[in-house]
Amino acid sequence: MEMEVEKEQTEGADEGVELGVEKKVRVKVLLFARARELAGGSEFDLSVADGSTTADCVAELTTRFAALEVMRESIVVALNFNYITDPVEVKDGDELAIIPPISGG
Amino acid sequence: MADAKDDVLEIVETPIDMTKYVDAVRDPGAGAITTFIGTTRDTFQNKEVVELQYEAYKPMAILELKKICTLARNQWPLIGIAVAHRLGTVPIGEESVFIAVSSVHRKDSLDSCQFLIDELKARVPIWKKEVYSSGEVWKENAEFLQRTQVGS
Repeated sequence: MEMEVEKEQTEGADEGVELGVEKKVRVKVLLFARARELAGGSEFDLSVADGSTTADCVAELTTRFAALEVMRESIVVALNFNYITDPVEVKDGDELAIIPPISGG
Repeated sequence: MADAKDDVLEIVETPIDMTKYVDAVRDPGAGAITTFIGTTRDTFQNKEVVELQYEAYKPMAILELKKICTLARNQWPLIGIAVAHRLGTVPIGEESVFIAVSSVHRKDSLDSCQFLIDELKARVPIWKKEVYSSGEVWKENAEFLQRTQVGS
């Protein structure tokens, strides 16, 4: 309900004026192997809009770390230690891991 | 008789103590113990490998190993399972992965051991970098790539 009201107000307001505080979701992002090297770090806190999905998070990451773009097609993600194939909405405190092609054994 | 809660699944940063893992699956009821030892090679496509470096997403790797063991136990009557994977720099010719499985009859441990290493290579989040005299490459397991293509 609150969201509905906020939207209506936004439509009626002048452009560029932000009403209230947009709800954000904080996700812990882990990067491994080639992804870690390309991004230059193994762990980041990502703040995304409420309702964002894992795919949105990956898009945000590749924007922030352009070097990751070269391996975007081969990236698989895990949310809270489970592989996911279709995008899933992220929640506050989730752990999202960027899994480049694995090579254990 | 040992069961799933006794499975020994470890990610280690030191040389793999293979005797320890074989002993972990020993059982008076076992007629067979099958082991698989993965060792680091010195060449890849005629390039000399200087050293290998492994890293893992440890908590997920352990969870995935547990899932693989459950799949194996659902498919074969097994007594004990032990899996160890080494991380960090592994010198050429040393063990990077070790699997031991015990069962009453040998076919079950032989078949499940093959299944365990194939599944490990397909889904356990561990990465290997090969360092050559000129350059380095993050390896990619064919088992993983095939599966992600199927899944996408």
